[in-house]
Amino acid sequence: MGVEICVEGLTKSFGHQVIWQDVSLTLPAGEVSVMLGPSGTGKSVFLKTLVGLLKPDRGSVRIAGRDITKLREHELYEVRKLFGVLFQDGALFGSMNLYDNIAFPLREHTRKSESEIRRIVLEKMDMVGLLGSEPKLPGEISGGMRKRAGLARALVLDPEIILFDEPDSGLDPVRVAYLNQLIVDLNAQIDATFLIVTHDIASARQVPDNIGLLFRRELVMFGPREELLTSDEPVVRQFLNGRMQGPIGMAEEKDAAQVEQELAELGGATKTPGSQALTPRLLPGPGILRPPRWDAIAEREAELRRRKAVADL
Amino acid sequence: MRLSPTGALRQSGNLFAMALDVGRTMPRRPFQAREFIQQAWFIASVTILPTALVSIPFGAVIALQIGSLTRQLGAQSFSGAASVLAVLREASPIVTALLIAGAGGTAICADLGARKIREEIDAMQVLGIDPVHRLVVPRVLASMVVAVLLNGLVSVVGVAGGYFFNVVLQNGTPGAYLASFTTLAQLSDLWAAEIKALVFGAIAAIVASYKGLTAKGGPKGVGDAVNQSVVITFMLLFVTNFVMTAVYFQVVPQRG
Repeated sequence: MGVEICVEGLTKSFGHQVIWQDVSLTLPAGEVSVMLGPSGTGKSVFLKTLVGLLKPDRGSVRIAGRDITKLREHELYEVRKLFGVLFQDGALFGSMNLYDNIAFPLREHTRKSESEIRRIVLEKMDMVGLLGSEPKLPGEISGGMRKRAGLARALVLDPEIILFDEPDSGLDPVRVAYLNQLIVDLNAQIDATFLIVTHDIASARQVPDNIGLLFRRELVMFGPREELLTSDEPVVRQFLNGRMQGPIGMAEEKDAAQVEQELAELGGATKTPGSQALTPRLLPGPGILRPPRWDAIAEREAELRRRKAVADL
Repeated sequence: MRLSPTGALRQSGNLFAMALDVGRTMPRRPFQAREFIQQAWFIASVTILPTALVSIPFGAVIALQIGSLTRQLGAQSFSGAASVLAVLREASPIVTALLIAGAGGTAICADLGARKIREEIDAMQVLGIDPVHRLVVPRVLASMVVAVLLNGLVSVVGVAGGYFFNVVLQNGTPGAYLASFTTLAQLSDLWAAEIKALVFGAIAAIVASYKGLTAKGGPKGVGDAVNQSVVITFMLLFVTNFVMTAVYFQVVPQRG
């Protein structure tokens, strides 16, 4: 079972520039959460704060009962073994080939024999579809492959928490779909707590249990997927629909009058609450043994689909 | 970046904290032998040739200066003694320091800086591995060892170059030149020079690693970091050299 992450009153600034303040949320154990936000709202900074790479100005991050913002350096290294992190560009070690990259955490932290390491590494490489690319260097492969290799490396130590920093940036839509399926399958298989930081709306609609939205230096909303997808909060609606009309402007934010006008122009058509269709949730593939949590989700999805079919008649 | 009055203070504090970290992590097991050997080999390979090529003309310049100075003073018999002293005490640690910082330090800084920019360092920390223990300590030790060895090389090449220029080109007497070798210089001069080289190697590697690990702002940031690391290292090395020389003269009694 995954580990719950409890964030309270987290504030971070660089110099005088506040990145975000007073962020409080709980990532439930074993569930998939997505953190959305326009570019430059400090999503990656939030992720790095969760693993203790950056120290927040205020607030606490509680993981398995320990506040990681107050841990000493060597204790932090212990807690970090719970984490698997997929960085934006995979963050592979450029001097090692893919096999050594993925084997690296095992060689550093475990006393497993080389044949056992080989078995685990090949299993994870198979999982992300990289079998046969072991001897390649990170410089010789595409961005998508680097990302998948980074994911394989994040998985070898069987982490309790997996953090994804923009898994879909720089990938084509087909690969994004595959990656989303992989994330869902993984969650059903290893039962860890997932946090995905992204600005890809399509993924955010399909994949998670919970969605959060960072905007204007604060957490606008965090809650179950259905709640946010049907929310009437202007920022949330604008972002999830990816439209120009709303509080989010090209340069960070717009003034209130303009927002009012735009929303009025947009008219009542989309304004009726609950009119937004709930995107069906992505379910684990047919070959995956579903734990009870995913069985319940699948049932609920089937129920929704039945009701929709009835309504369409 | 905004300039702040405490900026320089904070930087030097962080640099010092990193130096302490290196000292603290040095005895921690497992020792990264592989990385150490690779780095030592790498630093040696980028510094040996330039060091030899720099120390020949350096020895020659000293020989020429001292040759004409001793002639003016009417002390030709001491030209060997003086040039050995100059090469051994000052020239070789300084040449070593310049090359370790210029060739070895820049390579270390650029390497670590590029890794930092590509988030490799972050990834390493997340994987529960301390980059100071894993990357910095082997580099510092490698740079120290190579500096000590290079110092020996510079001394030999510098003295040989001095002999060649003084005896062959300035028609000095070989016997007198060799005989006066030990009239002023003593073994402790060599030890002092080696200790200096050891300290210089450590400083160059620590500054380069610090600058590399704190690089930010994309590829340009790496370039800036390399640039700053060279400047900072040179300043520190010359100050340290002065202090160590002053201490040496106080501690070790001189001949003559």
